[in-house]
Amino acid sequence: MAAAIEAKKNGIDDIVILERDVQLGGILNQCIHNGFGLHTFKEELTGPEYAGRFMAEVKRLEIPVETGCMVLSISPEREITVVSRAQGLRVIKADAIVLAMGCRERPRGALNIPGTRPQGIYTAGTAQKMVNCEGYMPGREVVILGSGDIGLIMARRMTLEGAHVKVVAELMPYSGGLKRNIVQCLDDYGIPLKLSHTVVDIRGKRRLEGVTIAQVDARGVPVPGTEEDYACDTLLLSCGLIPENELSLTAGVSINRATNGPFVDDALETDVPGVFACGNVLHVHDLVDFVSEEAGRAGRSAAAYIRRQGQKANAPKVIRVQPGDGVRYTVPSTIDLNNMDGEVHLRFRVRDVYKGRSIRVLAGGEAIVTKKRKIMVPSEMEDVVLKRDALKDCDLTVEIGGGV
Amino acid sequence: MKIYDTIIVGAGVTGCCVARELSRYEQSVLVLDRESDVCEGTSKANSAIIHAGFDAVPGSLKAKLNVEGNAMMDALSEQLDIPFRRNGALVVCWREEELPVLRELMERGECNGVPGMKLLTGDEAREMEPGLQGDVYAAVYAPTSGVVCPFEMTIAFAENACVNGAQFSLSTEVQGIEKGADGLLYVQTGRGEFAARCVVNCAGVYADKVHDMACEHDFSITARKGEYMLLDRNAGQTVQRTIFQIPSAMGKGVLVTQTVHGNLLVGPTATDIEDKEDLATTRPKLEEVKRVATLSVKDIPFNQVITSFAGLRATGDTGDFIIRQDDKVRGFIDVAGIESPGLSSAPAIARYVARLVGEVLPLTEKADFNPIRKGIPKLNQMDMEQRRRLIEQRPDYGQIICRCETISEGEILDSIRRPLGATTLDGVKRRVRAGMGRCQAGFCSPRVIEILAREQSIAYGDVKKNG
Repeated sequence: MAAAIEAKKNGIDDIVILERDVQLGGILNQCIHNGFGLHTFKEELTGPEYAGRFMAEVKRLEIPVETGCMVLSISPEREITVVSRAQGLRVIKADAIVLAMGCRERPRGALNIPGTRPQGIYTAGTAQKMVNCEGYMPGREVVILGSGDIGLIMARRMTLEGAHVKVVAELMPYSGGLKRNIVQCLDDYGIPLKLSHTVVDIRGKRRLEGVTIAQVDARGVPVPGTEEDYACDTLLLSCGLIPENELSLTAGVSINRATNGPFVDDALETDVPGVFACGNVLHVHDLVDFVSEEAGRAGRSAAAYIRRQGQKANAPKVIRVQPGDGVRYTVPSTIDLNNMDGEVHLRFRVRDVYKGRSIRVLAGGEAIVTKKRKIMVPSEMEDVVLKRDALKDCDLTVEIGGGV
Repeated sequence: MKIYDTIIVGAGVTGCCVARELSRYEQSVLVLDRESDVCEGTSKANSAIIHAGFDAVPGSLKAKLNVEGNAMMDALSEQLDIPFRRNGALVVCWREEELPVLRELMERGECNGVPGMKLLTGDEAREMEPGLQGDVYAAVYAPTSGVVCPFEMTIAFAENACVNGAQFSLSTEVQGIEKGADGLLYVQTGRGEFAARCVVNCAGVYADKVHDMACEHDFSITARKGEYMLLDRNAGQTVQRTIFQIPSAMGKGVLVTQTVHGNLLVGPTATDIEDKEDLATTRPKLEEVKRVATLSVKDIPFNQVITSFAGLRATGDTGDFIIRQDDKVRGFIDVAGIESPGLSSAPAIARYVARLVGEVLPLTEKADFNPIRKGIPKLNQMDMEQRRRLIEQRPDYGQIICRCETISEGEILDSIRRPLGATTLDGVKRRVRAGMGRCQAGFCSPRVIEILAREQSIAYGDVKKNG
């Protein structure tokens, strides 16, 4: 929606939003907790409220919307094959496409947790949909594996709905979610968080009866003798999100293995001309406000692409942005110096927990930006703004430097 | 009490094939299973291979029925709309000293009547299958080996049997069997007593227990657990064929294969277990699967595992299938010890069993037997024009519910509304693959639950994953 709104505001009238769900808003619709919109609207909204602001704007701008339709494939020539109950199977040719398909949760199978396969094991988001949208409680005695934000939010939700959340186990020695969610969703309700712990066994034939949790060593291998059994009827998994790029692949878009999202330049354009990406399909975000900001940029870029009929305003001069020490990836991964805006947001995640260190952006070995940070954690995305004037015609490296 | 000509105990692939075979005749057939769906035991969790038939000892029932069953599959896949593809198999070894084992397989294959087998050098094998490890020394190639969907195979036989008059009573556990003075066999179940002239015991890992209810003990079945990992379709191209390693005493070892749906399947291990219900996977065995599979195939992308599971083989203590009428209890027919190559042999087993039943009862062919079963239309395998036409006729085929496998509401509704339709999430999954993909039902399960609840007029919370 944010991309469509910006494209419309930048002079493009022939737009359509294709949505597979029955309504706009995506996962925000099941996020009935507050905390959304602090950056964008300077107030604290729930997920549906935040989505509602954008829905109202889409409506006001009279942007056409098709819900309940599924895009089956996208060709490199930007032909979209879409199917729906109402309109059957169609092919739509687009001048520009913004990919905004979001991400999915890593399921139990992908985690290779041993044990049986009974009813009662859900990803946190599936449980969230059941509780918040379907009015159905998946269980009463709950163990949560993984401390991603949805898992933390669901620890609180399940508690508020009358379930007993016994423990949240996290494989890593640090949380996978935002600090504020640890405090507000676990600490406030006395739910223990066990870092460096994982589920090593699942029991129960038809219905989940219990799980075993054990401590893991520095390599993530369970330590014998540390097993603890928990009786429970529900196991929620919040063990990572994976951008859903199956469609991007049909279009021939190159995927960055570090993010599982497309490689993009500063205009958020992928390596397939006219195809742009934003939000969680590009890289998994923590805050929806940043998703919307990024989507707006993708919408503006798509509008510019159409206005210039695929031609750049100036001859391109492209530099690469590379992750250095302590940095997992960067978005974007290239910048076109001759066509970029006055500034560009460089977003990335760090590999480990760093206290009292700094972010350094190096151009040809020389630091052009240095930002001191009290603490950096892998679960919180970093954002550095690069000014056009500060860049030179040489590749950039982003790294974690020493204290300043 | 209604007297049936034949009661079949167990609705796995063997029981369902036997039911379909007997439904060719003027016969009343009842299939009993303790689970709420067909295909709930060994048939649901195995390698899904239609073996060529070079592995079994010549002269054994396994050898005969495997090769016969394999040859029947093209026609059956056509008649019953079962996904089946002859992708061929390679059995690899790593050292010259192991060559005699491959030669032995070649000889067995020849004795058993397996067509087209070849002994290849390591380089020839790698040319055929570039994913093989560099140190593979030689391989046996069997072109008739194939991959099948074991769920749809079992369900297809069951549905076709049902359409041809066989009755199914599911959630019906057999508790006892007695031979009456009138010569009938009386089967006691959790849902009352049934009588039959003939009982066919297709009870899988429990076949020994069911046998012992009616007859003197004369064989035991051990559950032999096999653990597997299933990888995303994006990893399916790692190999085209089924890659076996030279066999051991515990079976055909860890294989790597493309599945009929284009995923990559790796496994199984082999562990004899006491508990016939133990389907738990274990960390050491899953690690073993990885380690051993890597001996034959390089670069298996184990980061693309979408699920792991375990199945139980019904291993008999005779080394061969046990298919015979009991010496003392006339009309009681065992179909036991149906471990690998049980799936491959099932259609031939059914023909063999029909002959045994024919020794007890007169079998007259029905004039109106319908051998054709049309499966649920598969949207994701149609071209654009076919899809367009189908959606015009059935708009619910335009509503995609399972995004990973592109399964529509129409397909899910069909899976529920068919004869012996799905009643659970797993039932829908096995019939139309909704939830079988990379997100493992994360997104579609709330929608499928909603459809199941609506169709069966039950509460959302009463929809079960299985059973």
